[in-house]
Amino acid sequence: MTKVGGQKDHPVPRAIFPNKVLPYLLLAPQLAITAIFFYWPASQALYQSMLREDPFGLSTQFVGLANFRHVLADPNYLHSFQVTIIFAVATAVFAMVPALYLAVMADKVVRGRGIYRTLLIWPYAVAPAIAGMLWLFLFNPSIGTIAVMLRSLGISWDPLLNGPQAMILVVAAAAWKQISYNFLFFVAGLQAIPKSLVEAASIDGAGETKRFWTIIFPLLAPTSFFLLVINTVYAFFDTFGIIHAVTGGGPGKATETLVYKVYNDGFVNLILGESAAQSVILMVIVIALTAVQFRYVERRVHYG
Amino acid sequence: MKSRGISTGLAAAVTLLMSSTSSFAVTEISWWHAMTGANNEVVETLSKEFNESQSDYKVVPVFKGTYPETLNAGIAAFRAKQAPDIIQVFDVGTGVMMAAEGAVKPVAEVLSEGGATFDKSQYLPGIVAYYSKPDGTMLSFPYNSSSPILYYNKDIFQKAGLDVDNPPKTWPEVWEAAKKIKTSGAAPCGYTSTWLTWIHLENFAAWNNLPYGTNENGLAGLDVNLEINAPLYVKHFQEIADLAKEGVFRYGGRTSEAKQIFLAGECGILTESSGGLGDIVKSGMNYGIGQLPYEPEAEGAPQNTIPGGASLWVFGGKSDEKYKGIAAFFNFLSSPEIQARLHQVSGYLPVTLKAYEETKASGFYEKNPGRETPITQMMGKAPTENSRGVRLVNLPQVRDIENEEFEKMLAGQQTAQQALDSAVSRGNAAIKQAIGQ
Repeated sequence: MTKVGGQKDHPVPRAIFPNKVLPYLLLAPQLAITAIFFYWPASQALYQSMLREDPFGLSTQFVGLANFRHVLADPNYLHSFQVTIIFAVATAVFAMVPALYLAVMADKVVRGRGIYRTLLIWPYAVAPAIAGMLWLFLFNPSIGTIAVMLRSLGISWDPLLNGPQAMILVVAAAAWKQISYNFLFFVAGLQAIPKSLVEAASIDGAGETKRFWTIIFPLLAPTSFFLLVINTVYAFFDTFGIIHAVTGGGPGKATETLVYKVYNDGFVNLILGESAAQSVILMVIVIALTAVQFRYVERRVHYG
Repeated sequence: MKSRGISTGLAAAVTLLMSSTSSFAVTEISWWHAMTGANNEVVETLSKEFNESQSDYKVVPVFKGTYPETLNAGIAAFRAKQAPDIIQVFDVGTGVMMAAEGAVKPVAEVLSEGGATFDKSQYLPGIVAYYSKPDGTMLSFPYNSSSPILYYNKDIFQKAGLDVDNPPKTWPEVWEAAKKIKTSGAAPCGYTSTWLTWIHLENFAAWNNLPYGTNENGLAGLDVNLEINAPLYVKHFQEIADLAKEGVFRYGGRTSEAKQIFLAGECGILTESSGGLGDIVKSGMNYGIGQLPYEPEAEGAPQNTIPGGASLWVFGGKSDEKYKGIAAFFNFLSSPEIQARLHQVSGYLPVTLKAYEETKASGFYEKNPGRETPITQMMGKAPTENSRGVRLVNLPQVRDIENEEFEKMLAGQQTAQQALDSAVSRGNAAIKQAIGQ
């Protein structure tokens, strides 16, 4: 250990495995998991997306790209796309802005920093469906505590029928859960900012707000970019549990996101081919998002 | 102490293993179901009693989640060639199962091949008709059937100055009572309902002798054109939409959420499945039961209601030994004592006439007024073309479409006419797609 890291004159030597088989053996479990849980289902989805079959698989017909044509021409699918974009943008904004604010505040705290951080990270441990239920109870029109308060303020709160209100509710639940995650990364990002820069700025007479916008915020850019991608992916794919528990995609189709539609068409309506086609489209979107992240975020933004 | 516990446990496991290998003659029958809470206990007790009553077969119940989840689990298992022997499928899944010819074995066949005498006339006609092929072959075993009824809160009725002993019988009477509850301040809302699609469309059609769709609502053929935008439906839903605007009607959700609103004392009247009785009894509310209201303008109303709930399906391709066991189990389930007990404990309907008569003779209905309502509703008249039930290969999807349109209507974004027109055109397109046209 000390031999490798501590010597100044020599460049750090590369770790070399003398054994030719061991590295592959060590990689094997991860590769097996990737193949079984990622590649195999993905290829199955690709195959199924070109079939048309009854739920029991008693009659199967190869239809080529007909499922994709049908899905992309369906106004409900395009509507669902729109809903997803609104949902993703709103969730990302409401998950990141408060997280940044909390991180900056928590960074200033001198005493009990650990306690604050632990408490703020806590919600991340809550399962999506449970988070959804919590918010559902708080805002349930007939028994919810907050719903009663809203009504006494003269707001006619009824997310069961009012689409925008239902959207606000799922965004709030989804964003609330993600704030902790973002908070964690922002805190780490803040710690990576050299204190000397901030101190130099204050010596030059920059106030707190100015310091934040001209020094801290730009230096947090890589973290923010990274989180933006992560939060978008989260809103796109990881919020099924919340939507399922809170609104079930309703009222009307006001909160039916793309992932929810895959579930609904595949598992409730039993239209397997089209549901598979929709998941393939989602797969393309994830690949695109990942590519964007690698190309623009990982390469262009300088860390620390 | 600890090591002794382990060793006795081990010994027990070994004996268990040995006994199970030595008694391989016992045929295991798997039963996937979706019953929770008190109803789950009933499933466990029934299986246990059956297993103790004989030594050739062993029924093993497995809880598989909600109704749709259980159906999906069964379908996935079938595709993986691991299907259970018996699966409980909810009413709306009936069309899905019926379309899967070759995957399931008709219960009538299972029973007669298994040596059990199957006499159709012993079963309640309304229920058997719903689970039979157009030619009359019974396809699945009606396990838990229910029928929508009206519940009302007697305390709220009293406060509003309404007749506590005479619940409203027609929809206009319900609207009147609901308005009075609201205006008198007896409760914040007058009326609410669970399952709008099941109660206000499928049962509304049967109860008022109106067609739900062509081809005898799908019982005579797969190709169905919905007819739920006929004038009486439009009138009914416009009335609901208007009441919703005044806050007299409150929407609870697509399934049984509205029951909570009623239980919380927020609404005075509720229409709900008779299977929901357990929760209402448990709440300790001073409740009353009435029959499902009908539309007085409809000719021949009230006709009869159609069953909801679930039935047991048998998968095909199993061994004869298993089918014999299943036949024995179904025979056990339809015995009058079991049926009568199920009915009295759960609020679900008895499946056989004998069980019904036994319950009647025991004086149960005199002691529990209103409990006979769901049965008389369903049995009162011989069913017509309009009232045998609704069967679509994709009824869950069509219900979703209907719910979406209702929600837009109740939110004031469209009229009842627009909502129902749109439900018909979207529903028809979905049906065409599902049957491959």
